[in-house]
Amino acid sequence: MRKISAKHLTEVIKREVIAANLQLGDDMIEALRRARNIEESEVGKEILDKLLENAELASANRIPICQDTGLVVIFAELGQEVCIVDGDFTEAIEEGVRVGYQEGYLRKSVCHPFTRENTGDNTPVIIHLDMVPGDRLRLWVVPKGGGSENMSALYMLPPSAGWNGVKEKVVETVVRAGPNPCPPTIVGVGIGGNFEKCAILAKKALLRPVSEPNPVAELQAMEVELLEEINKSGVGPEGLGGRVTSLAVHINMMPCHIASLPVAVNIQCHANRHREVLL
Amino acid sequence: MSSSHVIGLTTPLSVKDVEGLRAGDRVLISGIIYTARDAAHKRLLSLIERGKSLPFPPEGQIIYYVGPSPAPPGRIIGAAGPTTSYRMDPYTPRLLELGLKGMIGKGKRSTQVREAMVKNKAIYMAAIGGAGALMSTVIKEAKVIAYEDLGPEAIRRLTVDQLPAIVVNDTLGNDLYEDGKKRYQII
Repeated sequence: MRKISAKHLTEVIKREVIAANLQLGDDMIEALRRARNIEESEVGKEILDKLLENAELASANRIPICQDTGLVVIFAELGQEVCIVDGDFTEAIEEGVRVGYQEGYLRKSVCHPFTRENTGDNTPVIIHLDMVPGDRLRLWVVPKGGGSENMSALYMLPPSAGWNGVKEKVVETVVRAGPNPCPPTIVGVGIGGNFEKCAILAKKALLRPVSEPNPVAELQAMEVELLEEINKSGVGPEGLGGRVTSLAVHINMMPCHIASLPVAVNIQCHANRHREVLL
Repeated sequence: MSSSHVIGLTTPLSVKDVEGLRAGDRVLISGIIYTARDAAHKRLLSLIERGKSLPFPPEGQIIYYVGPSPAPPGRIIGAAGPTTSYRMDPYTPRLLELGLKGMIGKGKRSTQVREAMVKNKAIYMAAIGGAGALMSTVIKEAKVIAYEDLGPEAIRRLTVDQLPAIVVNDTLGNDLYEDGKKRYQII
């Protein structure tokens, strides 16, 4: 068994939540630059310039890209030959978030659903844990903003709806959201599984670096078709009109029950923060 | 948003100031503005219902929908971009009746809010959502004036210098989100 100490895990999470919030990934910088070249609206072009400038400024001044530093989502693939020692796995992650959000001057954005009292340390954290072969621990650290999450949706379609039904729901969800989720967005789509798995598939689709094509040819073609449809809407950067409403559509698909066709649409704003680490 | 027709606005705003603005105008706002989002709005409305005075008089003022991140040492404020405005819709018409003249946020407003803007002569402006680091550079002073217990949702008095925004809803009922989308829609 390979040992990973809980203390080390805390340190890694702390470092990654800060880095994710201050440093926009190269994949997103590239995607915004490409969008700048495609966009025809003058206001849209200016907005894309400002977003690139914002990313530079955030990194140079060590200020978060966006004030909504998110609810932290962690996807963890834990090798079955790894043993977490000297502490509890979940607690180690939450401690990393607690310390990182304090020391990194990140906004604490988590509260009680009804009293709205802030938990004060940005916990709890949403952790999705998968056990995999091997002796490594792979982590994706994803601070997810509330504005784009609010515009996300899940549909349990009848199987007869087929691809056209799925397409209609995805496009409708993104267009209806309009300016609210800070376009240009990345659209994570989960197809199949069941009610909860479908949502996880959609969220996990957002982890793929933007511009990296889907390795499955069938899904790649579907992604291209959806992106084209979405960008016909005219919503544009910040919803003020333009060609680039979304920068990419990412699909994850798996088999589902013979009675169902679940589809989940998880919208991600242009402050698309995700960091991958391998321990 | 730097461009040819940029209109400078200084707070407080008069009826004449807002009536002269049209959806699509780019503005640079200077002076004092107040922050409030979900929880603060709920408390403001509760004060109004009980006939109490508000932490700031709304006449002629601008509310900026923002919950900034904490200020790192040596800085005035952290990231401070707009939050989505529709969540404040249920509270907004009452504030407009009390003379609030402007709001800065992002995203669509309800029909009721748009009608209340026409009726009470007020405007809604969008700032660039997600450009929090950039927006922090135009904020010259920030002071919590109410509801400190709400943390990021506390009401802050901000002094801003040339805060860039674009008029979305004007006093005639125009809506830039609708017009902009139509212009680039491919049917």
